[in-house]
Amino acid sequence: MSATPTTKPVKKRKIKLDEHLLAYRGVWVFVESERGHVHPVSWELMGQGRRLADQLQVELCAVAMGAPGPELDTHCEASFHYGADRCYRVASPVLRDYRNEPYTQALTQLVNAHKPEILFLGATTLGRDLAGSVATTLKTGLTADCTELAIDPEDRCLLATRPTFGGSLLCTIATLNYRPQMATIRHRVMPMPEPQPERRGLIVDFEPGLVEDSIVTKLLDFLPDALGDKQHLPYAKIVVAGGKGLGKAENFRLVWDLAGVLGAEVGATRAAIHAGWITPDRQVGQTGKTVRPALYIAAGISGAIQHRVGMESSDCIVAINNDANAPIFDFAHYALVGDCVSVLPALTKAFASYLGKPFKEAT
Amino acid sequence: MHIVVCIKQVPDSAHIRVHPVTNTIMRQGVPAIINPYDLFAIEAALRLKDQLGGRVTVMSMGPTQAEPALRKAISLGCDEAILVTDRIFAGADTLATSYVLASAIRTLDKEMPVGLVFTGKQTIDGDTAQVGPGIAKRLDMQLLTYVSRIVEVDPAQRRIVVERRAEGGVQVLETAMPALITMLEGSNEIRFASTPGMFRAARATIRHWDRNAAGIEDIKLVGLKGSPTIVSRVFGPAARAEKAKPIPFDPADPDSCANNLLERLLNEMPKVRKELEQRRSDTQ
Ligand SMILES: Cc1cc2nc3c(=O)[nH]c(=O)nc-3n(C[C@H](O)[C@H](O)[C@H](O)COP(=O)(O)OP(=O)(O)OC[C@H]3O[C@@H](n4cnc5c(N)ncnc54)[C@H](O)[C@@H]3O)c2cc1C
Ligand SMILES: Nc1ncnc2c1ncn2[C@@H]1O[C@H](COP(=O)(O)O)[C@@H](O)[C@H]1O
Repeated sequence: MSATPTTKPVKKRKIKLDEHLLAYRGVWVFVESERGHVHPVSWELMGQGRRLADQLQVELCAVAMGAPGPELDTHCEASFHYGADRCYRVASPVLRDYRNEPYTQALTQLVNAHKPEILFLGATTLGRDLAGSVATTLKTGLTADCTELAIDPEDRCLLATRPTFGGSLLCTIATLNYRPQMATIRHRVMPMPEPQPERRGLIVDFEPGLVEDSIVTKLLDFLPDALGDKQHLPYAKIVVAGGKGLGKAENFRLVWDLAGVLGAEVGATRAAIHAGWITPDRQVGQTGKTVRPALYIAAGISGAIQHRVGMESSDCIVAINNDANAPIFDFAHYALVGDCVSVLPALTKAFASYLGKPFKEAT
Repeated sequence: MHIVVCIKQVPDSAHIRVHPVTNTIMRQGVPAIINPYDLFAIEAALRLKDQLGGRVTVMSMGPTQAEPALRKAISLGCDEAILVTDRIFAGADTLATSYVLASAIRTLDKEMPVGLVFTGKQTIDGDTAQVGPGIAKRLDMQLLTYVSRIVEVDPAQRRIVVERRAEGGVQVLETAMPALITMLEGSNEIRFASTPGMFRAARATIRHWDRNAAGIEDIKLVGLKGSPTIVSRVFGPAARAEKAKPIPFDPADPDSCANNLLERLLNEMPKVRKELEQRRSDTQ
């Protein structure tokens, strides 16, 4: 990502690889696991990786790291179910819990030994920490928070697309004469592939040669989040979201009312959060959460690109906005041009009556 | 202890407007601010200084127009500011940016050894969260990202304990200094500038470091030349092929609009219908 985004169209540069970089082949996905669980973003990336590997006619490889044991082996097997042909198993007691230093060392060594052309990681706190460190150590390019991945059929280059600053614009980023091409992608941006439990692959062990005594940073404790903090929003089947168009904090109640009747989760734009109308954990978008519900009702939301990338994979988008030219109508399925403050209660009433739920008319 | 804080001046996103026809960013009149996430890094550094004494140097790579951001940092209590500025730095991606900042910090370290470097979690323009980790790796410093709390610092033992936000919980990590910390937003309340602070900021001399002063060893690694990634295309998002279906709305009768929408969802959107029917049978 260029630090100074340009809005001018950029002439396509011929990317000619040095001889030694031609040896880099294959698409890799880092399988992120913490405390025994694989982060679902890894399997979402495996689905994308499969598609790109097929296009490039190369292997899709998983990288599974952790302490030796049945847990790690399960992750390797699962990577095959989600599409990997091969899984590099990097087992060491030093890798039991995530720490930047040993993970960076292990992944860097593995890349140097087996030379992938593409390496994907989830844009999680772990993935961003690791990706930034590995890319700098390898001195290669890294594109953060991509929303679309494609291959340039002419030169096999990865084309990684992400929203660009400020405006309703996207930019596609390519990596020049450097390998591997690295990218991070956020959770729920890509669809979860259907696992194929009968699929098998090849496990290749890699010995990272790590010694605990030479690792400076020590994990003293891990304080798990309270169960109540568990996020339902990314997996909600119905989301009712409110934006700045609600006008004032009190009106956000109309969003909660409709969501309550629908059994839906509540989402919001960053503008609504900045206004203090709702807590930041409800933010949908590039710097918030990504949702993929069956139904997304957007009330008083303009549809800025940073919001759009977090919800445009919804099966059905209903937009309520009093401005017929609002960008959200470019990608909504149903357009309701009107005042959300009067539409929302009407919707609550209509859905309540269909669902057979009690509904108290606002006074 | 000597602490360095890296900050970036960014356009205030609240004022950014997109030209409705050309789809380009309208920069005119957009005020520049300190990247909001970096304010938490400044605050964390100043709190350590309040507690342990020492010195806080604030550093930014950017054009000379970025001076006000550095002055603002001084008004909050930072001791000194360095603007790393040279036209060959233009067009840098994160790899090239981290090279320049790491070189400058290494140079500064010779004046007075640096114990901690702070950065923000990410910028609101680049939005990559890569520059912090990049600087740490280049300086071979311990890296602590997404730090929500500094638990303990012992400069004599060169030891630091922090809480770090991880997926599903908080890691308590202990490491040795020098270390680089990327500070999480909301980690502490940001102070206001005091009146003497503002006077000091207005009078302060901001050091400008060009490639030589910053100790850049290889100019092939800076700016556009040193950047592995290029923007190959910028474009507006496509509208969906099928236009949104209008649901007529009459302010005098919102109920029929709502019922119309409900009916169409049930008839035209099987996935929505499935969800709604399931909920209906759950209530019965
Ligand atoms: C780096 C970066 C990251 C960002 N990340 C995110 C993110 O993750 N999520 C996010 O949401 N935003 C994000 N943003 C902000 C984003 O660009 C927009 O500013 C934001 O989404 C706008 O929110 P909004 O639609 O609520 O407000 P506005 O853009 O102000 O839109 C309000 C809309 O409501 C309509 N309206 C007004 N009154 C009524 C009424 N009575 N009835 C119906 N409609 C009405 C208006 O016509 C308008 O379209 C980010 C920005 C940047 C620069
Ligand atoms: N040009 C710059 N000058 C100084 N610090 C920077 C610069 N760019 C990024 N940073 C720091 O690195 C952090 C992460 O930036 P980014 O990788 O762009 O999201 C920011 O919060 C800043 O603290």
